[in-house]
Amino acid sequence: MSAEPMVRIDGVSKSFGGIMALNNVSFGLESGKIIGLIGPNGAGKTTLVNVMTGVHHPDAGDIYFQGENVTDQMPYQAARRGLCRTFQIVQPFPEMTVLENVTAGALFSGGASDRKTAAKEAMTHLDFVGLTSFASAPAASLTLASRKRLELAKSLAMNPRVLLLDEVNAGLNAGEIDAALDLIRQISKRGVTIMIIEHLMKVVLNLCTEIFVLHHGELISQGTPKQVIEDEVVIEAYLGTKYAERQRRYAPNV
Amino acid sequence: MRRYLLLAAGIVVIVALPFISDNYFVRIATFVCMYATLALSWNFIGGFAGYPSFATAAFFGLGAYAGALSQRHGVPMVLAWFVATAIVAAFSAVLGYAIVRLRGHYFAIGSIASVEVLRLIISSWSSFTGGGDGLNVPILPGGPDYVGALFLYIMLGIALIVFVVAELVARSRIGFGLHCIRQNEDAAGMVGINTAAYKILAFVLSATFCGTVGAVYASWTNYIDPTDSFEILMTLKVPVMALLGGVGTVLGPVLGATAFIIMEEVIWAQFLELNRAILGIVIVVLIFFLPGGLLGVSYRGLLSRVGIVRRPEAPHVR
Repeated sequence: MSAEPMVRIDGVSKSFGGIMALNNVSFGLESGKIIGLIGPNGAGKTTLVNVMTGVHHPDAGDIYFQGENVTDQMPYQAARRGLCRTFQIVQPFPEMTVLENVTAGALFSGGASDRKTAAKEAMTHLDFVGLTSFASAPAASLTLASRKRLELAKSLAMNPRVLLLDEVNAGLNAGEIDAALDLIRQISKRGVTIMIIEHLMKVVLNLCTEIFVLHHGELISQGTPKQVIEDEVVIEAYLGTKYAERQRRYAPNV
Repeated sequence: MRRYLLLAAGIVVIVALPFISDNYFVRIATFVCMYATLALSWNFIGGFAGYPSFATAAFFGLGAYAGALSQRHGVPMVLAWFVATAIVAAFSAVLGYAIVRLRGHYFAIGSIASVEVLRLIISSWSSFTGGGDGLNVPILPGGPDYVGALFLYIMLGIALIVFVVAELVARSRIGFGLHCIRQNEDAAGMVGINTAAYKILAFVLSATFCGTVGAVYASWTNYIDPTDSFEILMTLKVPVMALLGGVGTVLGPVLGATAFIIMEEVIWAQFLELNRAILGIVIVVLIFFLPGGLLGVSYRGLLSRVGIVRRPEAPHVR
């Protein structure tokens, strides 16, 4: 039996009306790893992140953070515990400056004692993501790539133990993605456990040591990147039964 | 800095008023201070947190009745004001716990309902509150000039206290958190702000001093009744004042209340039939042309447009 994982999801289900967004999902995030969460659109990936951070509460099942049951937590409690996330659709405080945005993270979750020290810490995080020169610009004036960096800086300022990255690379061009990957690797080196939701296989295969696949709210596969992309169930979920059959017939070795 | 000098000048004028003019102006100045308090209070929830509250008259009326009833049951006047303040603060905490979960229009409707519900309770509970006949409050001895000046200074004192509280809140962690909530409430929760607690705190701050001035108002006018104390028009006027001055700033509501009361006296008195229509037009003009309020206007730009001040030459672009 290995050590208690950083975050453990145990039999979590969540439905919205008649739609079962999550159906009896269980897994653990090992401390210090980069884990990928993939799945077709509507598979329940964002719902899973919302359930893990207290935005939604599961209908059944439990969530553990460092062994503690945190199923009923509110979003602000998740943030203060160090269970931080970024949003698929970036959520800045639009009229506040870039620096103030990050200061908020440092002040309310990062443990800074007052606004001055929080702003000082915020500057180091802005420096890390490369937004120093935009510190006094309103957040709404940033480009999409910069806003994603701002989201990263904001969650870093919160002193995360676990970082849930919801499609931080969506909408970025190739160069911007490479820069983002580099940042994520550096964050991981600091010892932060990362779960990354991603559609771009290049990113997932590059970064992750372990991948979970969600489909129709169910965890259909998990394992190393190689195991997962060769898993027939996964190919079926993404490309349909016919394709999977053809694959089996013509390329039996893969 | 120049703005605070303006404020200081205004305070000097108000303090000097009882010595240099008659009771009419003293009365207007008392109303300015009273409405400045109400508008500054509203600003905690409506301006800082961005929740459009229409509960001002509920807190004002409850304060008036709590103060008046306390005084009639033998509580000394000043102590009655504190009793009223405490009752309104407690009431707003309970009400806030229930309605800050609502957002946008739903919050506005919930808050405006609180005014009507309180008015109906007070007017139906005749045995305790006097019902529609209203309540008389003991008159202070000393003659109208003395009493008028006394209440002017008391209202000014309360307005100054609220102003200082608003300044402190605006610069504190709480003010920063409320600002985050106004900008993006979901993101505010995600950076670790206990949004429910912050909103309830802002709601209680927005109520407490309304209760104080309500009770002082009852002692000042010596007579209150349900329609006057829980006036829907007041609940509308106060946010308009804050909008007029500049929402979310500390000085804006003070400026807006002053401008509004003066406008009310000078213009509305000439249009007895149409004054509410004019209020409507003022609201529309504010929303369309002055989204930042009087404080948000670039006066230099305005003056240069009409040719009073020359605009600096634009640099040549090659």
